[in-house]
Amino acid sequence: MKILVGYKRVVDYNVRIQVKPDGSGVVTEGVKLSANPFDDIALEEALRLREKGIASEVVVATIAPADAQAHLRNGLAMGANRAIHVVTGDAVQPLTAARVFLKLIEKEQPQIVILGKQAIDDDCNQTGQMLAALWDRPQATFASKVEVSGNAAKVTREVDAGLETIEVDLPAVITTDLRLNEPRFIKLPDIMKAKSKPLETLQLADLGVASGDTLKTTNYAPPAKRSKGVMVKDAADLVAALKTKGLL
Amino acid sequence: MSKVLIIAEHLNGKLNPSTARCVSCAQAIKADSIDILVLADTPDAIGAEAAKIQGVSKVLTVANPANAHALAAIYAPQIVAAAKSGYTHVLAPSTTFGKDVAPRVAALLGVAQVSDIISVVDAHTFTRPIYAGNAIVTVQAPADQILVATVRTASWPAAANGGNAPIEALTVGVELPSHTRFVELAQGSSERPDLQSASKVVSGGRGVGSAENFAIIFKLADKLGAAVGASRAAVDAGYVPSDLQVGQTGKIIAPQLYMAIGISGAIQHLTGIKDAGTIVAINKDAEAPIFEIADIGLVGDLFKIIPELEQALG
Repeated sequence: MKILVGYKRVVDYNVRIQVKPDGSGVVTEGVKLSANPFDDIALEEALRLREKGIASEVVVATIAPADAQAHLRNGLAMGANRAIHVVTGDAVQPLTAARVFLKLIEKEQPQIVILGKQAIDDDCNQTGQMLAALWDRPQATFASKVEVSGNAAKVTREVDAGLETIEVDLPAVITTDLRLNEPRFIKLPDIMKAKSKPLETLQLADLGVASGDTLKTTNYAPPAKRSKGVMVKDAADLVAALKTKGLL
Repeated sequence: MSKVLIIAEHLNGKLNPSTARCVSCAQAIKADSIDILVLADTPDAIGAEAAKIQGVSKVLTVANPANAHALAAIYAPQIVAAAKSGYTHVLAPSTTFGKDVAPRVAALLGVAQVSDIISVVDAHTFTRPIYAGNAIVTVQAPADQILVATVRTASWPAAANGGNAPIEALTVGVELPSHTRFVELAQGSSERPDLQSASKVVSGGRGVGSAENFAIIFKLADKLGAAVGASRAAVDAGYVPSDLQVGQTGKIIAPQLYMAIGISGAIQHLTGIKDAGTIVAINKDAEAPIFEIADIGLVGDLFKIIPELEQALG
């Protein structure tokens, strides 16, 4: 069984993003870039399924500018067998990303596609669900546990009400939540090994994908600031302050 | 001319307040009509609840045993069939329910989705947060396509009750897949107020130290009649279940009172509470970032302060 993993490069989660003063975007120059944390979890899950003998091959794919090869090499160093780089100048929106992944599915015929539930840059939380719809296959989103047996997967999902378990026939799309696993660290010898692993480059323009980038972002603004509050010295003062505000 | 279709969220035969919050968003769009679609096995009681929300024009119910559980693969084709009868907007709450189903609807319609609407500029222009709320973007969607969007529930008040909209049973002639099956739902304790809609929330973080210690958070919450939340650190450490997580990837909430106890205040957590009325922070580290956004801060040992607090509350 082959598993396809979405592996997006984003601004590192520790970076405090600044909005450009003219509202044209956020400052990304010189900012540290990393794999989307949910995508690391997706790759880790795929690798574990391979280590259990359920999967035989793990392919990581990204849609990113030409300089994202080092990012994919990280995915290969983590343990993916192959990588596919769909090269594009500009970031694509989720519908386009889903259409690109559908093309990759047609080419690769994976039984499972694992994506992060959301990318921590645009916070859209859409691509996996859109891909499942276009593929006309099941989706198991926000996964915290995945058990594959035969041609089906039992997936536990982190939902607002608690933990929901569903069963999906394969092939299917799974999107990861935080508690699915803890991604492994990349070891130095693996970085060396990754250099010789196959990395295929495709041009987005050559894939024949209709763009779904119909949303226009017209302004970026910093969030409204909460004004600095007051410090109280003990519990009694806190209760008094809350009573003044009519909260108790 | 905007005709809005809102996908009702419900569980165990009860309408989720997130639905009435979507109605507020639809009203901000200045919709000419606001209809609510209830997909359920037995939708009558839920539909009756939805019909009471002020501003609702009509409630459409689709009764089908296959709709007993909110499976996106089952719901989406039915929503698409309903949406195609002249609606300009399809809205769902930005809860795990809406996040799961709405993109599937959008893709089937071949349109983009706007996630997490926090304000409406006009019928096709909205603001939404990105980068864990560290930037707010204004997004314009094409006016010649159906707009699918999710509504950040914490940014919108629930529309009041008092309406009396007509309820119509709808038949959607679509084939439903059998490739996705519900197995079970393990729900947390429901005796306390619901975290997402509670007016008061007491949250604990890594500073609480253990699952056993979390009992003092629950005790304080019970005293205040508050819901209990937690930071990601506390959930990852196994102190409490994941459905209590507040933050970028957990629940986004807007209680009148939020008490962050032993929570340092990572940006990913702060994005989940930005719309809270009053934020109280109790932390032994005076430099903790939570104090930068707290309305009332108290530096000290939570294990000493909480018992004192309970005593002061009487």
